[in-house]
Amino acid sequence: MKKLVGIVLLILPMLAQASVGVSLDEVDVDVSDKASLMRGAQYFATYCQSCHSIKHMRYSRIADDLAIPEKQVEQELIPGGGFLYSSMTTAMSAKDAEQWFAGAKAPDLSLIARSRGPDWLYTYLRGFYLDAARPFGVNNVVFPDVAMPNVLWEMQGQQKAVFKKEGKTEVLDRLMLVEGGQMTPQEFDAAITDLVNFLVYAGEPAQLQRTSLGKYVILFLIVFLVLAYRLKKEFWKDVH
Amino acid sequence: MSNRMAAATDWVLARLPVDKVWREHLSEYYAPKNFNFWYYFGSLAMLVLVNQIVTGIWLTMFYKPDAALAFDSVEYIMRDVNWGWLIRYMHSTGASAFFVVVYLHMFRGLIYGSFKKPRELVWIFGMLIFFALMAECFTGYLLPWGQMSYWGAQVIISLFSAIPYFGEDLALWIRGDYVVADATLNRFFAFHVIAVPLLLLALVFLHIVALHQVGSNNPDGVEIKKNKDSRGIPMDGIPFHPYYSVKDIVGVAVFLIVCSVILFYMPEMGGYFLEPDNFVPANPLETPEHIVPVWYFTPYYAILRAIPDKFGGVLAMGASVFVLFLLPWLDRSEVKSIRYRSGLFKKAVAVFVITFFVLGYLGTQPATPVATIFARIFTLLYFAFFLFMPFYSRWDKDKPVPDRVTENRSLIASFQDHCPKAKSLFCQVTKPVAFQLKSGKTVRIRVIDFQGIVYVIKESVAQFKNKK
Repeated sequence: MKKLVGIVLLILPMLAQASVGVSLDEVDVDVSDKASLMRGAQYFATYCQSCHSIKHMRYSRIADDLAIPEKQVEQELIPGGGFLYSSMTTAMSAKDAEQWFAGAKAPDLSLIARSRGPDWLYTYLRGFYLDAARPFGVNNVVFPDVAMPNVLWEMQGQQKAVFKKEGKTEVLDRLMLVEGGQMTPQEFDAAITDLVNFLVYAGEPAQLQRTSLGKYVILFLIVFLVLAYRLKKEFWKDVH
Repeated sequence: MSNRMAAATDWVLARLPVDKVWREHLSEYYAPKNFNFWYYFGSLAMLVLVNQIVTGIWLTMFYKPDAALAFDSVEYIMRDVNWGWLIRYMHSTGASAFFVVVYLHMFRGLIYGSFKKPRELVWIFGMLIFFALMAECFTGYLLPWGQMSYWGAQVIISLFSAIPYFGEDLALWIRGDYVVADATLNRFFAFHVIAVPLLLLALVFLHIVALHQVGSNNPDGVEIKKNKDSRGIPMDGIPFHPYYSVKDIVGVAVFLIVCSVILFYMPEMGGYFLEPDNFVPANPLETPEHIVPVWYFTPYYAILRAIPDKFGGVLAMGASVFVLFLLPWLDRSEVKSIRYRSGLFKKAVAVFVITFFVLGYLGTQPATPVATIFARIFTLLYFAFFLFMPFYSRWDKDKPVPDRVTENRSLIASFQDHCPKAKSLFCQVTKPVAFQLKSGKTVRIRVIDFQGIVYVIKESVAQFKNKK
């Protein structure tokens, strides 16, 4: 009985919370997959960097972390004017941004994966649909009325929103491809996975060192624990 | 050579009582021999304090307390400073670990009556440390200058403005501006790296001096100084060094393993240690959807929001911490340890623990009408635990306390002790199986026994029917 009361006391407040928000598609990223990170970096350089920066990321860091020759990084990732040790800035000037996007400055994406999470990015980048009411002709499922155009349409094609009736209101049900792009949906999803993977890596490049160092630290501590425990046993023999 | 060394040592000892301090506080400080699991957290708190100070010194070498630079300087530490990420995560994980350890340390004091006569001052100094720690963490949380840093500070500082007459001026004086701004960041930096740490160190010193004056309590709540041998040494006491110094090292190893798993594999701890919104630079023009304090403040935050009136909420939140100071005078029972107290107190403690967790959870959630009702009920329970304590602790029928400390049992043994039912149940649902290893050695292990499970279910159903 006591236990039951305890459990009820614990669970009831949780029931008080109703879950709200759009369900996100799950993405399986793997920052140890260097080929995927490099493809992601290339997509970023081609499709994103004309407006967005990753100002906390240096090209040289990418070359080091992904074990890519510096020459290749210079050729494939660095836009004209940049050099190996500079950070990933954008070509778009603040003044242009103000004019083109009505003051909505394209945010720096250094930490976007840490603040939004990979699932959100994956859903967002695949979630543009045609909406004639918007200035760029598209809207987004997880970021309604976003100021960003669908720069990936070339690869993805165009999607249309399908609505369904729920009670009296119409809610967005799913997205339907109405015009094919250069890629099949599977290929496009894989490309976005690479891009999100790169953003996750860019959010915290140290995670590569962190996860590889961690196991040695923990292994050392386990050995240390065994020694410490035996030392304690030895000292405590005469205490009863 | 050795003569010279001895002479040099004598020269120093004649002028500085290093040996005396060593003896009084370590090699001849007699601690009860029956310390259990709960007694690791004092030394661990000290370890975390040292960790915070050392990593903090390195962080200040690269951090910029300037509203325009702060956020970027943290990212600079995370990316461009050699091992900066490790030092920063040690500091951020350490902050949460500090509260885990301190909450467990305080809970130990609560269940074993370590705050009672003659240790009232030990408890008071401890509570002052807790208070300083909250100030330390609050000021420190503003420094990364993320959205949650900024808006958390905005909300908490604005609480002062609820005080009548001079509240608005007080809040303005604390912020140094009409909103949280560069001036606030700069002064919080000063508080975080100098003022509060100095205070903390002084309080920790007093906490330990006061403890060593009266001696440590123990899980039996027996005063070991009452039974001394012919040399005046407590019969149930053992010198802190080497016995507890080597024992605490075992605790340190386990603690570091747990911390390393978090630090290396989940430094954000699912958004509880480092909140996702704090990876967005502070923006005074954009309020986050819901502002959540870090997990260790959430019980008090839930109490704050539970009160419909702002000033009332501030008072209740203040009272929820302040009431802990009064614990030595609220508990009227002569018996210290929960082991020799009867059901009423144990139930009260159990409800209090649940209350604390529920309030902590509610503090992380948006204040919906239903959640607010729950927060109110549990706020009442929180205060009821303390306000009714003088009554239920006096009426309680305590058990006789032994003269000497009892033998300390291992965690597993005491678990089996406390739960004979669990042990017999385990034996019922598993069966012993002889298992041959590749080396030819035979080991006996217990595997799940489905027949046993069916039997247990049938039994309990039958029992239930009989009761009806």
